[in-house]
Formats: sequence, C-alpha cells, structure tokens
Amino acid sequence: MINEEAFRVLVVNLTEGKSEPVLFGSPAELLGGSGLAAGLFASHGIMDAPADHPDQPLIFAIGPLTAYFPLMSKVVLGFKSPYNGQYAESHAGGRLGLALRFAGYDALVIKGVAQTPSCLIVGSRSIGIRDVHYLWGLDVLSAGKHLRRFCGRDSGHRSILRIGPAGERGVTFASVNVDTYRHFGRLGGGAAMGAKRLKGIIVLGDGSSPLPEGKAYRDLYKTVYQEVTQTPAMKKYHDLGTLENMLPLNELHAVPWRNLQATHDENVRGITGQRFAEELLLRKTACSGCPVGCIHVGLLREQFAEQNEFQYRQVSYDHEPVFAAGSMLGVTKAGGVLTLLEEMERQGLDVMSAGVALAWATEAFERGILTDKETVVPLSFGDVEKYREAVRHLGLRTNDFYHLLGQGALAAAARYGGSDFACVLGQEMAGYATGEVFFASHAYGFRHSHLDSAGYSYDQKADSKKSEDAVAFLIEEERRRVQLTCMVSCLFARNVYSEERLQECLSSIGRPQLADSVVVRSRDVQARRWQLKYQTGYNPGHISIPKRFGEVTTWKGPVDMVFMDAVALEYQNAVRKLADAGQGVQSP
Amino acid sequence: MKILRAGRMERCIGCYSCSLACARLLHRSLSWHRSGIRIRSAGGLSTGFEAQVCLGCDPAPCAEACPTDAFRQRKGGGVKVKRNSCIRCGECSQACPVNAVYMDSETGLPIVCIHCGRCAAFCPHDCLEMFESAVGEEDDQ
Repeated sequence: MINEEAFRVLVVNLTEGKSEPVLFGSPAELLGGSGLAAGLFASHGIMDAPADHPDQPLIFAIGPLTAYFPLMSKVVLGFKSPYNGQYAESHAGGRLGLALRFAGYDALVIKGVAQTPSCLIVGSRSIGIRDVHYLWGLDVLSAGKHLRRFCGRDSGHRSILRIGPAGERGVTFASVNVDTYRHFGRLGGGAAMGAKRLKGIIVLGDGSSPLPEGKAYRDLYKTVYQEVTQTPAMKKYHDLGTLENMLPLNELHAVPWRNLQATHDENVRGITGQRFAEELLLRKTACSGCPVGCIHVGLLREQFAEQNEFQYRQVSYDHEPVFAAGSMLGVTKAGGVLTLLEEMERQGLDVMSAGVALAWATEAFERGILTDKETVVPLSFGDVEKYREAVRHLGLRTNDFYHLLGQGALAAAARYGGSDFACVLGQEMAGYATGEVFFASHAYGFRHSHLDSAGYSYDQKADSKKSEDAVAFLIEEERRRVQLTCMVSCLFARNVYSEERLQECLSSIGRPQLADSVVVRSRDVQARRWQLKYQTGYNPGHISIPKRFGEVTTWKGPVDMVFMDAVALEYQNAVRKLADAGQGVQSP
Repeated sequence: MKILRAGRMERCIGCYSCSLACARLLHRSLSWHRSGIRIRSAGGLSTGFEAQVCLGCDPAPCAEACPTDAFRQRKGGGVKVKRNSCIRCGECSQACPVNAVYMDSETGLPIVCIHCGRCAAFCPHDCLEMFESAVGEEDDQ
C-alpha cells in the first residue's frame, strides 16, 4: 500500500547482517525514483569518502507510478561511482521495478560490507543474507543459473541481479546484470556492488496492494495500453529496435567507426537492424509491465568441433552495444558482434565502456604506443577472436595494463600516452557522432550519457548555432527526463507520457497533489542531483573534450570547435546555477 | 461456454500484462500473484515463459475436493467461485493437478481463473485465446 506521507524504504546493513524498514522523506518533495535516490544519498551517502567506503550506500529506487501503468518499469540506482567518485545514477528494467513494488518497498538501501561473498534476498515478508562464497569468481551467466535455485517457488515473480568477475575485481565500469538481458550498465554500479562483497540480489515480488476504486484508473490504463500497443508510438522500439538507427546515422556520417577515426563506413550493412533481424533475431522479450517488448535477443549458433558439434548462445542487442562491440571496434559481421557482447556480458562489463576502451587500445597498439607486452594479444580492428581474449583480460584484470584500462581509457592514456584519441566524454562515449551539442552535453552532463538530455537530437533537428538556445534545450530536456525518471518510466515512453498524461495518471491513482506539483518538483530534483554531483567532486575544469572529437566530420561538415566550446561553457554555467539552486531546496 | 487457453506461449515476451489485467480488473489489486493467470519462467528468461492457468477440467478435481459450495463445476469446464462460502482450507489448491489455484497468503483465499477472457485483451502477442468448449455447447443446447 502506498504511503502518502513518506516512502517505505528497506535499509540493509551487510556488515551487521541486519535490516530496518523505515519511513523516509516525502513524495510531495522528492516524487520518487531519481528524486528518492537523491534524497536517500543525501541522507546516507558520505560526500567526501571514496566510492568503496564500506558505508557508501547502493540505492535502488522506484516511483509513484511503478507497476501502475505500462512502461512504468524502470529502477534508478543511485550510488557513488567507482569510475569518477561522484554521485551517479544508472537505470535498468527487467523485473526489478515490479518486484520492488510487490515486495512493498519504494527503495532498497544497501550499506556495509558482507563478511563473505553474499546474496541478499528481499521479499514482502522475508529478508535474508546468504553466504555464496562458492559463486565468487563465476561469470554472470553461470552465477545466474545458481542463483535461480534460490526461492524457486517464486520463479517468474522475482528479479535476480548479479555481478561478474569485473565487478568483483573493481573494474570501474563493471555493470550489474538484471534478469539476464538488462543492466545497470554505466559508471560502475557492478564495482560498487563488488566492494560490498555482494554477488547477487534477489527481490521477490510476493505481495499485493489494493487499487483505487472506480473506473477512472482502469480506463486510463486501457487508454495508455492501447496507445503503446496499437498506435505507431512505439513501433521503432519493437520492430527493429534501437538498432534501426545504425543505417540512417551511418548515412548522416554520425556513427563512430574504429575509435572514431571515421563516421561512415560502407560495411555498415553487416550490422544494421535489418541484418540482425534477418540473420540472428531469435525472439523479443520485455521488461515486466511493458507490452512493447523492445529487448531483441539474437541467437548465435557456433560450431565448436568437427562432426557437426554446435553450441548456441542467446544475446540481447541494441544500438549502443552494437556500436560498442561493432562499429567502434571495426567488427562488421553481426555474429562477431554478438560473440563479443556475450563475452562482455559474462565478465560483467559495461559493454559501451568496454568497447570504447578497447577501441582506444587498438589505435594505441597500431601506433606503437602499446605492444603485446601490454595487450597480451595483438589488437586490430575487426579481429573478433583477439578482442574476445582481450575482453577476458579486461574483466579479470590480468596485468597492469588491463588493470589501468579497467579504470577507463583516459586512465590508461595517462600512463602510456594517447589521450588525444581516447573517445571519452566524462565517460567512454555513446554511439552517436552527431556533433557539437552531443559531445558537449555528454562530456559535462549529469550521467555523461546520451540519455541525459538528447544532445544528439538537437544536433540533428535544430538549425540554431546560438549556444544559449542549445543549452536551454538541454536543461529543459533534462528536466523533462528527470520528471519521467522520478515516476519511474522507461525513457522510450517519453512521447507517450506527456506532462498532462503523467498528471492524469497520478490523479487516477489518488495522488492529485503529486500531479499538481510534478513540474515544479522535477525541477527541484534536477537541482538536487546536480548539487550532489558537485558535493561529491564534480569539477568541469577537470574534464576536457579530447582532440579526436574536434577532428570529426559529420553530414554538417567538420565539427565547429568555436560552437562546441561555447556550448560547453554555457552548459557548465547553467548546471552550476542548478547546483546552487539545489542548495536552496530543503533536505528531506 | 468459452474457455481460456494459453495456446501460443512460445510468443510470450514476459510483459505480464495478462496477470496485471486479471489482478487489476477482477481482484482490484496490483499484483503478480493475485491473478488467475500467472506467468512463470522455467529456468531463466532464455528458456521462455509458461502460463500457470486453469485448464478447464470437467470434472474439475478442485470442485470435487471443495468441502463447501465455494468451488462448483462450471459448464464447459473449470469452476464457478463463490467466495462467501470459502473456508480457506486450501483443498482446491492441493487437488489441482497443474497448480492453477493460488492460495493468497495475505487473504487466505484461493485465486483461480474463471475464464472471463479479460486478460486476453491485454496480451500484445495473442498468446491467449478464448475458444468455445464443445461440452458447454452441448449442455447449452
């Protein structure tokens, strides 16, 4: 049952082996999701202690609309990033959102360090910390098989999170795998979990809550359901999926190829959405509570011995992973991309960061900055088997070089040289080379993500080269997205859930006050997040856009450095103002 | 009389819209469990999904096991449920050969599909269908 006055939060202390359900904060102020995570971090986080400090919290938060409407299916992970030491958010779907809702918690806060490698199990009437030392060292897929044996009675009505060797060993861009095909991918949530000796988390969605009486809610649910399933609103996502972007972006000269040495390649036809669909698409699957089904699962069939001995793998793909393990590494065969993605999955690496870091290492190898003394295997663009070995070295941190590369391409470049061509914008870049506004917003944005504020969209749609116009767009788009990630909606539904629609939804479940305040409060949450990022060490002066991005040519011609610098400066000023405004927002 | 069949589960994407619809429309609840149709994954998401739902037996073992009038045989298969008569003994759940009767741990009441078909309208991939039971037709004539 939703508590109108406060959030219901479970605080788990792994060191003590004890947990406490508490009431926290106010939905009227924090909304939920991003706002709740920020409020909890302000309360539980230690601003000036490192990310692996035992008392730093891992915070999983859902929102007021979670499970109530289609595509309200995501979870916000708030944590101190092992990658940059700052407050960070990562988002994932799977079944976790609904499992938390049905377990009866708005958020799960995990503090402390377990005595032995452990799995935390949380349900509506159960909490347990199980010793799983025997799973330490296992890859993500094998660990998943073992963890599924716990609570088998709840199969299908639970969510299983786990980390791989990369998270255990502190690779700062290790991911958390959620229900096999989804991830808290970016900024090192996997390493934060590994630092707590937490191999797995299982959330049992074994409770229920009552719904509002009357037809309004049920009718609105049906309207939204029909919109997302029977109109073109979501076609892109369930048809070819986000990989639909690869071909048109390549035509625009906006796909990063071979460590961003090019933005267009005729060989794109081997890794387009169409090619994957024709050759490898096995089926689609969905996050719980989403009828769109955007998760595209490819079937990789491989002969491993003579006499027709075959093995098969099922690997999910999207635009970003195919950019990272495909175009960025010069891999132009769909099967090769899936091979690498599967290995990255096993190690528990964020595939985008892993691909981009290896792309930098490949160019460094080709230039003679690195030799196989460091890389162990000779790296060259397009060589899938060598990359597969390199991914294992990266996940297992087998030598000093891979240890450093596991802190990001810039960390390795600081030792070996080659920072000019490290494709890092706050973190390893996302799969768009659309131009100035995207590069600047990625470098200085809150999550250093293409999902922060749609800079790639501004590059493609806007004509204005006034930096103030671009920054006004970025700041308002970020607020609009914060509004959604407070609910917590999938961002693919951003055109379905307009402000008015969100307000209707909140009113229909008996929360008219939230409906009235959602715009104002989302602005507060946006400010709170920036305040936390500054408090935990964000300093735009420490970020620069590597030279490689200035050498890019898109459909608009060469990157306009003057415009990019102006956007970067204007944007930094704007977020500084937001952070200052965050200080004026009352603490929960 | 129509019977719900989960006949095309190989198309299922695991969105749970059917379970959520049953819970919402029949049981006025937000729940995975409190639903006449429950979706399970057998051995992880890579192996697909199965539906735990009443097969519409006639005679129905659950109705035969019910010591009161709470579960009665439905024409064409399955059962009619009269909640007021239920003493929450769980015999129906024990008797079901396919685990389709869920005992709600919060209310103690059994939850079973009543073949109303409201879930089918919320399946985006037509995994669920309503078909006319031959037995029901004969009885109705």
